[in-house]
Amino acid sequence: MSVNEPAIFNEMMSGTDVRSPYRSLEQWHRSMPRELRSLKQSEAEALFRRVGITFAVYGEGGDPERLIPFDMFPRVLTAEEWRKMDRGIKQRAAALNAFLCDVYDRREIIRAGRIPEHLVTNNDAYEKAVVGFRPPRGVFSHIVGIDLVRTGPDQFYVLEDNCRTPSGVSYMLQNREIMMRMFPQLFLENRIRPVDGYAGALKKTLASVAPAKCMGEPNVVILTPGQFNSAYYEHSFLADLMGVELVEGQDLFVEGDFVWMKTTEGPKKVDVIYRRLDDAFIDPLCFRPDSMLGVPGLMNVYRSGGVTICSAPGAGVADDKAIYTYVPEMIRFYLGEEPILENVPTWQCARKDECKYVLEHLSELVVKEVHGSGGYGMLVGPKADKSTIEAFAAKIRDNPDNYIAQPTLALSACPTFVDEGIAPRHVDLRPYCLVGETIELVPGGLTRVALTEGSLVVNSSQGGGVKDTWVLAE
Amino acid sequence: MLSRTADHLYWMARYLERAETTGRLLSVGARNALLPDISGGYRNDWEAVLQAKGSLDLFQEKYGDANQRNIETFLFFDADNPASVLSCINAARENARVVRTALTSPVWDALNTAYQELRQFQRTERSKLSVNDLTDWTMRACHLVRGCISATQLRNDGYDFMGIGTSIERSDNTARLIDVKYYVLLPSVSYVGSGLDQSQWALLLQSMTAQRAFNWSYTGEITAAKITDLLILNRKFPRSLQSCVQWTCDHLDNIAENYSAATSAQEVAHQLLDELNRVTVDDIFDEGLHEFLARFMARNARLANTVHDAYLRGIPA
Repeated sequence: MSVNEPAIFNEMMSGTDVRSPYRSLEQWHRSMPRELRSLKQSEAEALFRRVGITFAVYGEGGDPERLIPFDMFPRVLTAEEWRKMDRGIKQRAAALNAFLCDVYDRREIIRAGRIPEHLVTNNDAYEKAVVGFRPPRGVFSHIVGIDLVRTGPDQFYVLEDNCRTPSGVSYMLQNREIMMRMFPQLFLENRIRPVDGYAGALKKTLASVAPAKCMGEPNVVILTPGQFNSAYYEHSFLADLMGVELVEGQDLFVEGDFVWMKTTEGPKKVDVIYRRLDDAFIDPLCFRPDSMLGVPGLMNVYRSGGVTICSAPGAGVADDKAIYTYVPEMIRFYLGEEPILENVPTWQCARKDECKYVLEHLSELVVKEVHGSGGYGMLVGPKADKSTIEAFAAKIRDNPDNYIAQPTLALSACPTFVDEGIAPRHVDLRPYCLVGETIELVPGGLTRVALTEGSLVVNSSQGGGVKDTWVLAE
Repeated sequence: MLSRTADHLYWMARYLERAETTGRLLSVGARNALLPDISGGYRNDWEAVLQAKGSLDLFQEKYGDANQRNIETFLFFDADNPASVLSCINAARENARVVRTALTSPVWDALNTAYQELRQFQRTERSKLSVNDLTDWTMRACHLVRGCISATQLRNDGYDFMGIGTSIERSDNTARLIDVKYYVLLPSVSYVGSGLDQSQWALLLQSMTAQRAFNWSYTGEITAAKITDLLILNRKFPRSLQSCVQWTCDHLDNIAENYSAATSAQEVAHQLLDELNRVTVDDIFDEGLHEFLARFMARNARLANTVHDAYLRGIPA
């Protein structure tokens, strides 16, 4: 692999020409006076604050209710680009769910020798409590967030899968809402596919996986860890859009074969729980006994088919970074298809020869913890100094199974507002795929942008921002 | 509706009402400080204001000197004072934030904007904020939220729980305000009617925006009997104990109808209302105004507990 920085694909430009999907936006930004821009920017921020779209960061001092920086320059995907992504994402979501059903049941894929057994059964996210249990419609992961990056006009890679409770969809919806409110003209000039069907599709998906014991209209609820969770705004926003109750563990209790919620009219049966807390916290009797967030006895009801939990406990085994390498294999194995979206080439430090290569090429690679998330605990080789690299090498030698490495991808860049006008900044994309009776994908997703020049880290916890993401109609 | 949701709505309304009462007291105290010193100086009046909020001890411990600046800080900005406007607005907004889904966006917007503006005040130099600005702002913020509730909320059980929170808090505040004026400032009934108490009675009316209501409802000079009638028994005055308890009953009746089932809460509320409907000013004076008010506050608190047990705890009785 070359150590030279590969050329960065600028999504707006092709050489000195403006690519066609961005033409009207290029005009728009050029004709926007500077004062108007700062006016609109503060208007947007005021809107976010007023609506209360904040990202709660407690325990770090400062303002606990922070705004995720919103960049007004939209990101545009053409109908053709989206068509491929749409097919590729749905394919991936189907394969991941097939894999989950399989590894908690007959383990065909392991017996066929396509995935090493220890990666599955020794995985912390492998939930022995649900072995042999098949959730309604065989769906474990009902909301699959697939993180995509782009390196060229036609080159998209899947960076990672999120099968548990991917967050950020509220930003997808609110960024659009705010752009439509501030720049209606843009939506008249461009044919932009709407994203506001998401909440309806989510509700339909959740209702479609109600347990067989549920008679009549299923009672769907969202289970939140509470208002101090960083994504609480999103939980309440989704509950509101779907018209379902937002419950905390203390609102639910188990009695007999069912889960009930405490209402002003007495107990009411709950059929589907879209939980926004980790497996470890949902039932202190089954998992962490010190958890105050969950519902004692929930897992018993779940396993006896009294309630559906979304995502299903144990779904996390499909989305860690060691399993990720095998997703193309899953697609071939379960669906008999070739993967439409490619994985980023990945070296597994768990394999001796690959680990050797990684240690020799640390300065070129990005190394991640297998279970890490949020951009923490990773090494960006080309940006790290010698001592950092050496320290990291020691960590890898210490516990090679815990790490994977990937080439430093030349992430595509999108025009982004900066003080001097616009400048390209690296972006990724997270669409949200819904899996229930059918597989649905709203045309759009959350574009995260690394606001610091040259930075590749788009995580909101580390200074990333967000953009409205347009998918153009055919 | 989730019991916890109902609980948050109920407390949101209570804190909002409490913020308004503190704002009213601050406003009246500030105005009183401008009057000539005829009854022992402003100092006593400010202390009376603090007494009304049951926070005189807390104040003296923290600030000592009851000067206007300290009192403004204590009643408006002090996060350590649970009854300060800041604490109450924060608590109201925190309760609302948790149950955003049960509120219309104008209601949330009004409350959240109040919260943001309050934070703006905290960053503003104090010399630029007059006490009148602060109290006017408090009234306006509270009226706006309640106006939005009234104009936009669905008339479902959530609306009724907010209403119960408002009316229970308001009757408690009214009772407290009368009690302080009567019991603390005029410990002996013989003072009533003396020249000394006139300005204090006027102040009491002012603290409830009741001067005009008084003039429209009664003729002649201000007397203890008329004031007692207005603030306790008058069905037309929106802060009277009778009005507040009547609303609590109305909201509870709505809920019972909605749920096709009544609880002990309806029973306790109607007992309290029946008594207020039967009692006369003479009865109250015979019992002793303070004794009557103390008994009312205890019963009002019992009503609050009964509502809590019947609806907000989530475990069926």
